[in-house]
Amino acid sequence: MLFDGYRTDGFHDEMFTAEGTPRDGARLLVDTISSLSQQELMLRQASAERLLLHMGITFNVSGDSGGTERIFPFDLIPRIVPAEEWTRLEKGLKQRIVALNLFIDDVYHDQKILKNGVIPREVIDSAKSLRPQCIGLKPPHGVWCHVTGTDLVRGGDGQVYVLEDNLRVPSGVSYVLENRNVMKSTFPKLFEGMAVRSVDEYPSRLLEMLESLAPGNNHRPRVVVLTPGIYNSAYFEHSFLAQQMGVPLVEGRDLVVSGGNVSMRTTRGFERVDVIYRRIDDDFMDPKAFRPDSLLGVPGLLEVYKSGRVALANAPGNGVADDKVIYAYVPDMIKYYLEEDAIIPNVPTYLCWREADRQHVLGNLDKLVVKAANESGGYGMLVGPHASAAEREEFAGRITANPRNYIAQPTLSLSRVPTIVGGHAEGRHVDLRPYILYGKEIFVLPGGLTRVALRKGSLVVNSSQGGGSKDTWVLAGGKA
Amino acid sequence: MTRRPLLSRVADSVYWMGRYIERAENVARFVDVNLHLMLGGSGASIAEQWSPIIDTTGDSEEFERRYGEATRESVIEFLTFDPENPNSILSCLRAARENARTVRDTISSEMWEQSNKMYLAITDAGARDRAAHSAHDLFASIKLGSHLFQGITDSTMSHNEAWNFLRLGRMLERADKTSRMIDVKYFLLLPKVEDVGTSIDDVQWSAVLKSVSAFEMYRKRFGRIQPDRIAEFLLLDGEFARSVRHCLVESGVALHTITGTPLGGFTNPPEQHLGQLRAELNYASVGDIIAGGLHEFLDALQTKLNLIDESVHSTFFAMRPLSDAASA
Repeated sequence: MLFDGYRTDGFHDEMFTAEGTPRDGARLLVDTISSLSQQELMLRQASAERLLLHMGITFNVSGDSGGTERIFPFDLIPRIVPAEEWTRLEKGLKQRIVALNLFIDDVYHDQKILKNGVIPREVIDSAKSLRPQCIGLKPPHGVWCHVTGTDLVRGGDGQVYVLEDNLRVPSGVSYVLENRNVMKSTFPKLFEGMAVRSVDEYPSRLLEMLESLAPGNNHRPRVVVLTPGIYNSAYFEHSFLAQQMGVPLVEGRDLVVSGGNVSMRTTRGFERVDVIYRRIDDDFMDPKAFRPDSLLGVPGLLEVYKSGRVALANAPGNGVADDKVIYAYVPDMIKYYLEEDAIIPNVPTYLCWREADRQHVLGNLDKLVVKAANESGGYGMLVGPHASAAEREEFAGRITANPRNYIAQPTLSLSRVPTIVGGHAEGRHVDLRPYILYGKEIFVLPGGLTRVALRKGSLVVNSSQGGGSKDTWVLAGGKA
Repeated sequence: MTRRPLLSRVADSVYWMGRYIERAENVARFVDVNLHLMLGGSGASIAEQWSPIIDTTGDSEEFERRYGEATRESVIEFLTFDPENPNSILSCLRAARENARTVRDTISSEMWEQSNKMYLAITDAGARDRAAHSAHDLFASIKLGSHLFQGITDSTMSHNEAWNFLRLGRMLERADKTSRMIDVKYFLLLPKVEDVGTSIDDVQWSAVLKSVSAFEMYRKRFGRIQPDRIAEFLLLDGEFARSVRHCLVESGVALHTITGTPLGGFTNPPEQHLGQLRAELNYASVGDIIAGGLHEFLDALQTKLNLIDESVHSTFFAMRPLSDAASA
């Protein structure tokens, strides 16, 4: 049996209690999986992987020009989120995105939150992701973050924390949809008797949200997805979302600004575009407004956007709230704008520009995770307990030289989910990235991307470093 | 309800996807039929048997420079697996797949998966082994893969503008490959014009027909194997799916559906060039063609096909300069 001898090893396990009994809502799944032979499981696992390869859901192995492609490893055992817990998370995510959005709008307009001293002005002024080009912008519905992929983690105490907000160009939602498809076609048996909430409506919701941003009263606005191109690691997702929404996938070279509008080059000349779901960073979007050396963008795009003749999702400049120093103030923002306490807490964060915090961080580098304020994807990071003395010393130097650029957090012992390893189940650490759409209203997709660190003991879930993914089952309310 | 516009870049990719998959299929056909010819025992030496296929693809110089002698192994390697030969089956399937990848939002998922599977099959570690031990199976599976792609395309993708560009690419490519096949085989088997109509090797000519799946259809149409009839069938037959004329008629339908121009006229260069060539073949007789020199005729035909391809490119795909945008 798959779960024979399974141990939670003192970690919080998403499927089993510390005593080894299945958690509420997980019992039926545990029973179903236990009733299967090891041979059948391995067969299903192989057929799921073959399906992913044939669907071309792969990423390019970097540094390999021979075109080696790998699938993003997929584990058959789903991660379960009980209905009550999801209700709370959904509420917390909505609360957070509303506050973040109010904050971004405030930063580019009146800056009340700075005037009232809730966030120090120098923190904002020194944020690398602040875009002065966006001051005074009024995006449709006043929304700056239309698509967000918030990273959540559960610590050893069982508490769920927000690790990162990912407001700029979050990716991964295509894996959520495809993982579900793969599960349904390779392992329908697992769904028997389980009330799993559907994720299928995401593309319709996304299109609806994007269309709602269109300027004027065009009842059938032209929406496009803007991709950096096939060499981008998220290209599969860009084409997938365009296909699922039935809208054109364009590259920068397909678009042109002329006569105050954005148009695309078609076989019959130029056709106007109303809404651009751009999957290109601010910096590369428009060489006239941002980085002049960008070849991926559309010259003059920002001017058209400012004049209100094209909509962009996400709005440029929203990355200011992705700065890891500003992240630390999100609970304060929630209090300031909404007069509420944060439903999902932040991971406790030390800000190195504060004298007392910095001394604590420098004195405890062997226990903390240090992160650069504007890096992502695991770059510019020190995992203290796993680092060498020399690495820690190097980071101490960097922190002292540029304290504004560093934050530190305790090393979390992430929760685990049983994962198939060599024919039996072993606990592996996971995170969870739910997706939030914000247009006229807010929609949180019931589910999200569960990334799993496949290496034993590893806390790194990134695909480039041995990470994989799992289907995420949010259970419907009522009986579990 | 407005017509969904088609990006020039996407039209270009879809057109080439059609061409590359068709090209891969035809290369597989060339190799496969030669493998069969070897079993026929016509007495010619092996080198004589293998070098003509390289001529068919038009890459003889490249081949000689890199491989030297044309043997079964070297030709199969060059035409099937060589990543540096842009017309090898592997290169064609890779290019088709890369094009498919850039238009995944336009084509159906099933089409993408089929092009992906074809590429994965040829790059699979076992493919070379199959080429050595069960070559016929390998090439048959490539042909079948192409047919499957075509069937999937026709039954899962809307027959819209993009679909017509795909069909246009496929049909122009097929016309080109059939004409090359006739050219090379005619010269191989009948080096002199005055030999036409003399006794010939039935096995050889049957092989030519089989390489374009024409044997059975030819039999139904003309019965006895005669070189001039074969040339007529492959060039001018109105019904056979791989004849040059049929391919051009199909190309014309695709092109005119894209533009909306009635079939009898033209409003742009590709319609004009294609219309002229169609008319030429519609009213040609094989006797005149052979009298004037079949090779010269086929040479001119390929030049005209290239002209059509170039004008399709400049009319629909070329990125127009910014100043045009103002008038849109």
